[in-house]
Amino acid sequence: MKRRFLLSSLPLIGFVLLGLNGGSVWAADEAPDALIQRMTKESIDLIQSDKGVQAGDVTRIGQLLDQKIMPNLDFARMTASAVGPAWRQATPEQRTRLQVEFKTLLVRTYAGALSQAKNLTFSIKPMRYAPDDKEVIVRTLIQGRGDPVQLDYRLEKTPGDGAGWKVFNLNVLGVWLVDTYRSQFSQEINAKGIDGLIAALAERNKSNAAGDTKASKG
Amino acid sequence: MATRAALLAAALLLTACATGPNANPHDPLEPFNRSVYGFNDAVDRAVIKPVATAYRDALPSPVRTGVSNFFNNLQDLWSFVNNTLQLKAEGAGNSIVRFGVNSVFGLGGLIDIATEMRIERHPEDFGQTLGRWGVGAGPYLVVPFLGSSTLRDTAALPVDLKGNVVSQIDDVPVRNSATVLNLVNRRSELLDASRMLDEVALDPYTFTRDAYLQRRRNQVYDGNPPDDDQAVPTSDTTVQ
Repeated sequence: MKRRFLLSSLPLIGFVLLGLNGGSVWAADEAPDALIQRMTKESIDLIQSDKGVQAGDVTRIGQLLDQKIMPNLDFARMTASAVGPAWRQATPEQRTRLQVEFKTLLVRTYAGALSQAKNLTFSIKPMRYAPDDKEVIVRTLIQGRGDPVQLDYRLEKTPGDGAGWKVFNLNVLGVWLVDTYRSQFSQEINAKGIDGLIAALAERNKSNAAGDTKASKG
Repeated sequence: MATRAALLAAALLLTACATGPNANPHDPLEPFNRSVYGFNDAVDRAVIKPVATAYRDALPSPVRTGVSNFFNNLQDLWSFVNNTLQLKAEGAGNSIVRFGVNSVFGLGGLIDIATEMRIERHPEDFGQTLGRWGVGAGPYLVVPFLGSSTLRDTAALPVDLKGNVVSQIDDVPVRNSATVLNLVNRRSELLDASRMLDEVALDPYTFTRDAYLQRRRNQVYDGNPPDDDQAVPTSDTTVQ
């Protein structure tokens, strides 16, 4: 177990994000655990019924993300947190580009993952939180093939009525997604600045896309 | 504790010889680690990954599941010992019951009946046992052939190897075959994940290190580590 890389966690990140697929209408006072409960259930149904997702179709997964998942993520905060202090020096245009490239990179993670998500069940661990909490962690356990997978969500309460809770970090098997990018991002920024980071992300996305057209087998 | 003192001494020694002016405080051995990582990666691409791919393509899925179950069952026995050492009654009880059920009713561990019976696995190794009793992880260390580890877990490795039932087999060819089978099977489980790592990481070394350290810490705390500044994004990185 020890030397079983956390690599095995990667495929599930995709599933987690799909778990954020909420309806477009939700009650202002929906509790964060109820929210995760509903989203996880809906996304399992979705995965199991969508042929495109099961085949790992990157375009299809991108569509799902844009329509259903992004509204429930505070993606600006996720990107800002991964970029670190340099975010404050970034121009609005740089921020937008960082978000776009980061999102494309993450979509990549889902594509392979979702095709593996079959026969899943899940459970939510009991949580306690006070009504005035601004941030909470919801812990879930996904059971598919093999060992159960720990998936935790960190949510923040957005100001105002009806906006509800938004997810700003995800934990797969004990690994917080945003944190895992932080050192890599700061390496790039220290070496080549924010534009260097944007270029590195864009380059990675480009070579991934090139790989898709070369070997597009299921 | 003698172990602890020895670990500390070793840590100081290793740190002293590898720390340069630009050393990352979270990874003082980075130059050394990177070269071992490069070596491991080359070995993996040249030998281990092709073998694991051939293994996956040649054997049907139920056979490979049986192999995984078999080695997991042996591991449950060692988890029983470590759960006991950590005074984790539920983990120890589940591990030994799992081992009994699977060994007797699951054809010597080939079939994982215990999971069907909803008896959860509680994998624990000796490195986690040390962590449970307060031994710090020490610096990140990449071990030749084995990959990501920490100083503490590397020190615990000989004990874990001894605790592995496979290493107790007297017949050398059988023992070696079992060890190779276990490694190839494990690697085959990670083929999709490692391909994905190549695609999503900007720097696979850093990605692997950060994810490994977080995950290992999480294991020591059984999925519930205390918050620290690593896990909680600070407010000054928040937008607006």
